[in-house]
Amino acid sequence: MAEYQNIFTRVQVRSALYPGAPFEVPSDKREANSSFFSRILGIFGDPQVGPTYLGFTGIASLVCGLIAFEIIGLNMWASVNWDPKEFLRQLFWLALEPPAPEWGLRFPPLNQGGWWLVAGFFLTTAILLWWVRMYRRAVALGMGTHVPWAFASAIWLYLVLGFIRPLLMGSWSEAVPFGIFPHLDWTAAFSLRYGNLFYNPFHMLSIVFLYGSALLFAMHGATILAVSRLGGEREIEQIVDRGTATERAALFWRWTMGFNATMESIHRWAWWFAVLTTLTGGIGILLTGTVVDNWYLWAVKHHVAPAYPQIWPEYIDPYSAPTQLPQTAPQPVTGGVK
Amino acid sequence: MRSTACALLYSMGLAAMVSLLTGCERPSMETVQRGYRGNGMELVINPRLQAEQIAKNEAPESLPPASSDGPRAAQVYQNVKVLGHLSAGEFTRTMVSITNWVAPQQGCTYCHNPANFADDSLYTKVVARRMLQMTQRVNADWKPHVGATGVTCYTCHRGNPVPAEVWFAQAPSGRPGAMLGSKAGQNEPALQVGYTSLPSDPFSTYLLGAQEVRVAAKTALPDRFEKNPAGTMSAEHTYGLMMHFSKSLGVNCTYCHNTRAMGEWTNNPVTRQTAWYGIRMVRELNTAFLDPLGPVYPAQRLGELGDAPKANCATCHQGAYKPLHGASMLAAHPELASYPGASKVAANAVTATAGSGDPKGDKKSKRAQSD
Repeated sequence: MAEYQNIFTRVQVRSALYPGAPFEVPSDKREANSSFFSRILGIFGDPQVGPTYLGFTGIASLVCGLIAFEIIGLNMWASVNWDPKEFLRQLFWLALEPPAPEWGLRFPPLNQGGWWLVAGFFLTTAILLWWVRMYRRAVALGMGTHVPWAFASAIWLYLVLGFIRPLLMGSWSEAVPFGIFPHLDWTAAFSLRYGNLFYNPFHMLSIVFLYGSALLFAMHGATILAVSRLGGEREIEQIVDRGTATERAALFWRWTMGFNATMESIHRWAWWFAVLTTLTGGIGILLTGTVVDNWYLWAVKHHVAPAYPQIWPEYIDPYSAPTQLPQTAPQPVTGGVK
Repeated sequence: MRSTACALLYSMGLAAMVSLLTGCERPSMETVQRGYRGNGMELVINPRLQAEQIAKNEAPESLPPASSDGPRAAQVYQNVKVLGHLSAGEFTRTMVSITNWVAPQQGCTYCHNPANFADDSLYTKVVARRMLQMTQRVNADWKPHVGATGVTCYTCHRGNPVPAEVWFAQAPSGRPGAMLGSKAGQNEPALQVGYTSLPSDPFSTYLLGAQEVRVAAKTALPDRFEKNPAGTMSAEHTYGLMMHFSKSLGVNCTYCHNTRAMGEWTNNPVTRQTAWYGIRMVRELNTAFLDPLGPVYPAQRLGELGDAPKANCATCHQGAYKPLHGASMLAAHPELASYPGASKVAANAVTATAGSGDPKGDKKSKRAQSD
C-alpha cells in the first residue's frame, strides 16, 4: 500500500537492457553498449538510458544549437570583459540584444545586433531540424505525429516573437533578447508599450489553456495514481477494456463534478490544452502592434474593461495645459570680486 | 545507497529553495489601499525600512528669524548678487543656515576666502550663488511639483557639501567598440534602475535629454497618420526611469499609476501629475543650472567623463515619498521662496495634489470612500 503513496516511482524493473521495438534497424543490430541503467533516473522515469538515435537531422540540429549557444554565451562573457567571476555573478542579467530600432530590418554590424541575427538564425535552424527529427522518428516507429505537432505549436510562438512579428513591424528591435532577466524585462516592456497585454483576448485564452493544462495534468495524474493499485496505470488498455479502476475513477469525478472524461478523451483534452496555449499566445503576440496598438483602449472600446468609480480628483493630461510650465530659467549672475 | 541519494536530493532541493529567498525582504508588510477596492491599487510598505527612513528624513530646527529692518545686505557687504535685498541681519542668518545645511564641519571658509569674504576665487562660492538662484527658481516657478512645501539647501544637502545622491554620465559598460560583448546600455544589475536588467542610464536620456517618457499608444488601433514612434525598446527605457522613481521615493507603481492602464490620465492618482512636473523640473535644473557649472568645478568634483554632478529624483527625495516627509523648511526662509522676475505660476495643480501624496493619510479616507 505504501508503495503507492510516494511522490517518486518506487518500483524499478531490472532486466536485460532492452534495445527497443524492431523498426528500420533490427533490434539486435542496435548499439546495445550505449545503454545502461541509472537508479537516480529510475526514481523519475525508466531506469534504462539509451539507445539514442541522432541521425543527420539530430546531429545538424545539435551543431546549429551549439553555434547559437556559443554566440550567445561568448557575447555575454565578453560583455563582462571575459571575467569568469563577473560572468557567473551577472549571468542572469546578461543578454545578447537584438539590433536597435534605427536598423529596421537591415543587418547591423555584428556587435550592434548582428550577432543576435546570426544566433537567431542558428537557433531557429536547430529547432526546425529538431522538429523534422521528431517527426521522422515518430513516423519510423509507426506512431501518430501528435508529439511533433504539439512541438510545432511551441515553435509557432517562438517564430512569432522573434521572426514573424518583427518582420511585420519592420524592425528587428521588436524581437526578444536572449537572456534570463532581459527577456522578462522585455515581456514587461512589451505589455507597457502595447497598453497592457492582459486585455488581449488571445493572451487571456493562452493563460486559460496554460493554467488549464496544469489543472488537467494534476487531475489526470492524481486520478491514475489514485486507482493504480486497482490497475489504473494500465489506462490505455482500459480505454477499450474498462476495469474497476476506470469505473471507480469515473464515478469519483461524477460524484464530485457530475461529469467525467474517459480514459481516452482525457488525453485529447490535455493535448489540445497544451497545444492551444502557444497557438493562441502566438496569435495574441502577432496581433500586438500590427493590428492593435493599445489593448486597454481596445478593451474599453469593446466593453471588455470594466469602468470603476472615480476615486481621485479629476485632472487632465498636463500636455494639454502647457502654459503651466514656467518660462526660461534665470541667467547666472557673475560676481565682480576676484 | 538509496537513502543517501534521496537525502542528497531532498537537501539539494531545500538549499535551492532557500537560496531563492535570499534577495527578499522579510515579512510582514503593511498594505495601504490607494484606489477602488478589489483593483490591487495598493501601496506596500515595509515598516522596518520605513522606520529607518523616517529617522533619516527629519527636518532640522530653523534659526530664529532676524529683523528685516536696517540697511540692505547689498549696502553693507560687497559683491552680494542674489540676496542683496535682505536686511544685513536676514542675510547673515541665511549665511549661517547655509553653513549648517551644507558645510557644518568645514564652516564659512568652505566657500569664503577668510581674508576677503566678498572674493569669488573659491569655486564653491560661485556654485553656491547659482544654487541659491536654483532654489529660488524651484520654489517660485515649480510649484506644480514642490507645492507650498518648497525646498531649501537642506532638502538635498543634509549636512553634506555634495548631496549624497548625485549622478554623472557613465561610460558604456561591456565592449561596445569590440567585435562582440556589447551590453547595449543595459543588462547589468544597476542600482539606479533597481537592480533590473533595464537600460541603466535613464538620467542622461530623460533628466538631461528630453526623450519622450510616454510610450503607450493613444488609440486602440494603430494610427496610420500619427504613428506612435515608441517601440518595445522605448518602453524598456521608460521602465528604467520608473524604477529610479520607485527606488527614490520608496513607493511602488500604484503610488502614481492606475496600473491597469499605465498611460491613462483619467481615474489615476493625482501624484502622477506632480511627477510629470517633477521630470520637467529636474530636466531644467540639470540643463540650466547644474550641467553648465562643469567648467567651474575642480577635477575631483567631476564625473569620470568630466561632467558636473547632476540631480535626479533621489537628490531631494532620498527614499521618502516627499522630501523630509513633507516638512516645510521654506516657511522659515522666505528669502529662498522667490526671485525678482519670477513668473506667476498658478498653483492649482498644487491644490489638487496637496494632501493626496501621504500614503498614511490616504488610508482612512480611501477606505471610507470605497467600502
